Amino acid sequence: MSASLLTLDGVSKSFGAVAALRDVRLELAGGQVHGLVGENGAGKSTLVKILAGVHAPDAGTVTLDGQPLRLSGPAEARAAGIAVIYQEPTLFPDLSVAENIFMGRQPLRGLRRIDTAKMRTDAGELFARLGVHLDPDRPARGLSIADQQLVEIAKAISLDARVLVMDEPTAALSGVEVERLFAVTRALRDAGAAVLFISHRFDEVFALCQRITVMRDGRWVSTDPVDALTVDVVVRRMVGREVSAMYPKQDTTVGAPRLQVRGLSRDGAFADVGFTVHSGEIVALAGLVGAGRSEVCRAIFGIDRYDAGEVLVDGVRLSNGDTAAAIKAGVALVPEDRRQQGLVMELSVQRNATLPRRWELARGGLLLGASERRAAAAWAQRLQVKAGRLTDAVSTLSGGNQQKVVLAKWLATKPRVLIVDEPTRGIDVGTKAEVHRLLSQLAAEGVAVLMVSSELPEVLGMADRVLVMHEGRLTADIPRQRATEESVMHAATGQADA
Amino acid sequence: MTHRVFVVRELGIVLALVLLVAVTAIVNPRFLSAQSVKDLLLGSAILAILAVGQAIVVITRNVDLSVGSILGLTAFATGSVFVAAPGLPIPVMVLIGVAFGAALGAVNGGLIAAARVPALVVTLGTLYVFRGLDYMWAQGRQINAADMPTGFLRMGTATVAGVPVLTLFAVVVLVAVGYYLRNYRSGRELYAIGSDPAAARLYGIPSGRRVLAAFVASGALAGLAGVLHAARFGTLDANAGLGTELNVVAAVVVGGVAIFGGSGSVYGAALGAVLLTVIRAGLPVLGINPFWQDAAVGALILAAIGLDRALSARIARSLRG
Amino acid sequence: MVKGLRSWDAIVLLALVVVAIVGALTIDGVASPRFWRFVTLEAIPIALIALPMTLVIITGEIDLSVASVLGLTCTVMGQLWVSGVTSLPALIAICLLLGAALGAVNGLFITGFGLPSLAVTIGTLALYRGLAYVVLGDRAVSDYPQTWTTAAIKPIPGTTIPWVILVVAALAVVFAVVLHAMPIGRGLYAMGNNPEAARFAGVNVRLTKFWLFVASGAMSALAGVFWTLRFASARADNGTGIELAVVAAVLLGGVSIFGGRGALLGVLAAVALLGVLRNGLQLAYVPANTLTVITGLLLIASVVGPNVVGMLRRTLERNRI
Repeated sequence: MSASLLTLDGVSKSFGAVAALRDVRLELAGGQVHGLVGENGAGKSTLVKILAGVHAPDAGTVTLDGQPLRLSGPAEARAAGIAVIYQEPTLFPDLSVAENIFMGRQPLRGLRRIDTAKMRTDAGELFARLGVHLDPDRPARGLSIADQQLVEIAKAISLDARVLVMDEPTAALSGVEVERLFAVTRALRDAGAAVLFISHRFDEVFALCQRITVMRDGRWVSTDPVDALTVDVVVRRMVGREVSAMYPKQDTTVGAPRLQVRGLSRDGAFADVGFTVHSGEIVALAGLVGAGRSEVCRAIFGIDRYDAGEVLVDGVRLSNGDTAAAIKAGVALVPEDRRQQGLVMELSVQRNATLPRRWELARGGLLLGASERRAAAAWAQRLQVKAGRLTDAVSTLSGGNQQKVVLAKWLATKPRVLIVDEPTRGIDVGTKAEVHRLLSQLAAEGVAVLMVSSELPEVLGMADRVLVMHEGRLTADIPRQRATEESVMHAATGQADA
Repeated sequence: MTHRVFVVRELGIVLALVLLVAVTAIVNPRFLSAQSVKDLLLGSAILAILAVGQAIVVITRNVDLSVGSILGLTAFATGSVFVAAPGLPIPVMVLIGVAFGAALGAVNGGLIAAARVPALVVTLGTLYVFRGLDYMWAQGRQINAADMPTGFLRMGTATVAGVPVLTLFAVVVLVAVGYYLRNYRSGRELYAIGSDPAAARLYGIPSGRRVLAAFVASGALAGLAGVLHAARFGTLDANAGLGTELNVVAAVVVGGVAIFGGSGSVYGAALGAVLLTVIRAGLPVLGINPFWQDAAVGALILAAIGLDRALSARIARSLRG
Repeated sequence: MVKGLRSWDAIVLLALVVVAIVGALTIDGVASPRFWRFVTLEAIPIALIALPMTLVIITGEIDLSVASVLGLTCTVMGQLWVSGVTSLPALIAICLLLGAALGAVNGLFITGFGLPSLAVTIGTLALYRGLAYVVLGDRAVSDYPQTWTTAAIKPIPGTTIPWVILVVAALAVVFAVVLHAMPIGRGLYAMGNNPEAARFAGVNVRLTKFWLFVASGAMSALAGVFWTLRFASARADNGTGIELAVVAAVLLGGVSIFGGRGALLGVLAAVALLGVLRNGLQLAYVPANTLTVITGLLLIASVVGPNVVGMLRRTLERNRI
């Protein structure tokens, strides 16, 4: 075993009332790829931001080469030899690809001027090493997510980093691109770098890593050599309880078609998507990030307009691009990004929970507070939202309680079609099971549920039927009995030969 | 690719400029006489310097509405300094003006960077504060040409090989700033900040310091413009440069510097300044009521931002494939 | 959060009362009914424009063209009168429609083409003021029937306060109800804080904003009608720069420039506070220039203040932990 290069000990970090990390430890050794797994909300991304120098830990120590490391900013982390590839690419859209790679470190010539020609060739060489063809001179605006990710990787490689942190770098990559990334990662490892690899795909983690650390609810759970672990063990440690208890799927009788989507297309996002969700049915929409799942949901709900096709609820056609009409027809959407799309963080719990119903709650056209208060209180109680007061800003709640407010907001509209996009992302395990029970119960009451999820256990545990999207098209429609990790992943990566 | 897009945008202004000059010259050939061209160059020099400063700020996704007031204050300061010290060498005076403008710009930038308040509100406030200070200082007085050294006043209208000295100032400023923005790391960081402020923070770019520097630069150039204004017009009261900020923002926007930050060049901004000046000079020649001037400026701003929006949407589409 | 807002309203109201009492005790004339008549006359146009501006800024946008809409309305009203439109109701109706149309142009550019309101309304600030000059040039129209001009400033029987303030009060109630007690108002706060989340909750962000700009134009036109009759003068430069007074009052009244926060009560109190301050200081022989500086400083303070307080509070909290 090689000596530890980077060590975290007793690291804690809180945001307001929410403790994101509690007493976390981690040891990264040179010449090793270290896997970090955990559910969404387990604190992985916060850990990454601490390593990147974006956040300073509230408590605990970080040591590099045995020297205590105090990072006061991302530039310092870079100078210390730590490179980070974020989950979401962070590029400057107006600048060229080459500039994005070398920003702040551009090669210089006399008088400290930027050597543009060298920068361009250097970028070209990096892309050659990665085996991709990208024009270093083109602006980052308009790059696909996979290409943006490649620019991020090129950026990290160009640093000759001793510590490389990769936060779900493969989420948007195709099989070939993943293989190429792995080859580069192994080369960096063999050159002595310490790599921290975060992924939801166990096959990748087991293929690439020598050791695996599991995190849950902001805490460190275990670190073991990969040979001592199996996927089952890791999943159990991540979840913290038996998986079956997490997915209380009730068997329901499937009724009449509720939501019908026919030939839906939107230029650049998805094409010719058609499916039906029946009353009482939970249908999962699976696929890789960027496959167009959220886009389809947005189009159904009227957030974006579609170019062709139609959406029917109980046989009645919805007008294109009209969210208010969709709500009136009984469609509800619990969006993927709670903070950006689901909630108005500065507004009170009460205002948030009643926002979609503000017209029907008005008496004589006026909202004087009482009706909103009553409506919000009823749902907060039913979903057991833990909030100080309903007039507190929703930003003061924990992630799980925020998600409950989003659910309350939409369940209060008595939806007939409920679309949930990543309904359990970033919430704690207990709330997760509650959300699953709720979805199950709603389906039993006759609601048609369409669920987008990137977590395979959730998809397999909850869905009556799994629809799979790949690059904007539906590639599979798998009934519950035949749905397995393999069959879904196959279709999601476009390897289905049907 | 990026550069090619910019060049296309700037060529567009050049084309509009050539077209306008050609039409005007056909209507009235005297529009291209040596004197008239000299007037155009003189007229656009000060606006171009202000536009270069404004472009630096707008590139960082901010705006500086106080430049007209800074110009007024430094112009009056220039006159007052000459009244107090008639023998002061001209280069020293230019430096004083630039330093004074930079200090005023630092007030803007300091408030914006340290207190994290929008540039729009801060510079709208200092637009009035600086102008009010100007009035309080002047108290209705006027400084006349007789109060300033003749050498200084001659600089305002003199030419070198047919090119006005003021224009040379503008060209030097333009080339220096343009070269800096393209070839220095901190210059590129200004673009990065405007392109995506959140990513800039995540990347560890010292946004606060850079934005402060951008406002100091804008203030310094407005200070320079104030000194040149004094030299050119000779007679100074507290109204110098009143309302100029509109023309400056117009020049920058017309010149293709995106108001959302991150793209555009100072060359475009300077071309925008020249175009506006030519329009102002050309309207009367074309027999159009000069009262249309302000309306034309407004229409041009709207046309420019609309056009840029359409262009960037098209480019984004063509790059996606 | 809601509680914090109310306390800000209370602070502004308290400041108003304190300034009024201190002024009455220390400055000759502040206690006189005549003083309050002037304060009201001056505050009426500001308040009329501040009502829609409050809603616009709460949605996260801004309308800098209001003063130019006012000016253009004045000149059109004057020109119509000169060309023989002698019915006051007809003039008012035409002016309101014109204002609504000018606001609709803003709204179309902003919501239809997705352009930033700051840039668009800077453009129309120049465009509308320019058109005002096109309509009247540097002429003034001032030969309105005396019955009109006296009617505009006639006091409420038994007082010195002009009756138009009742119209303003009625409109204020309408705007307050819309903002604070109607479903539309809930949507305004939501889109100001987070337009995307508002869309996901079924709020039609674009359409709402469009109509807000129309309302802003119409109310500015109404202020223009009042302005013309009060001063018995339609000139192209009527009301130049009052957008500053309006924006200053709205921000001082506790509305966040970032949108999503604020209340109408605080804004109205701030309009009154600024009016009393300005007129009181004038009576105390403080020169108008100083008042310009003070207004600018208040504007800056109203945004810097809350931010600095917030930062201090966060620092304190961090140290406590």
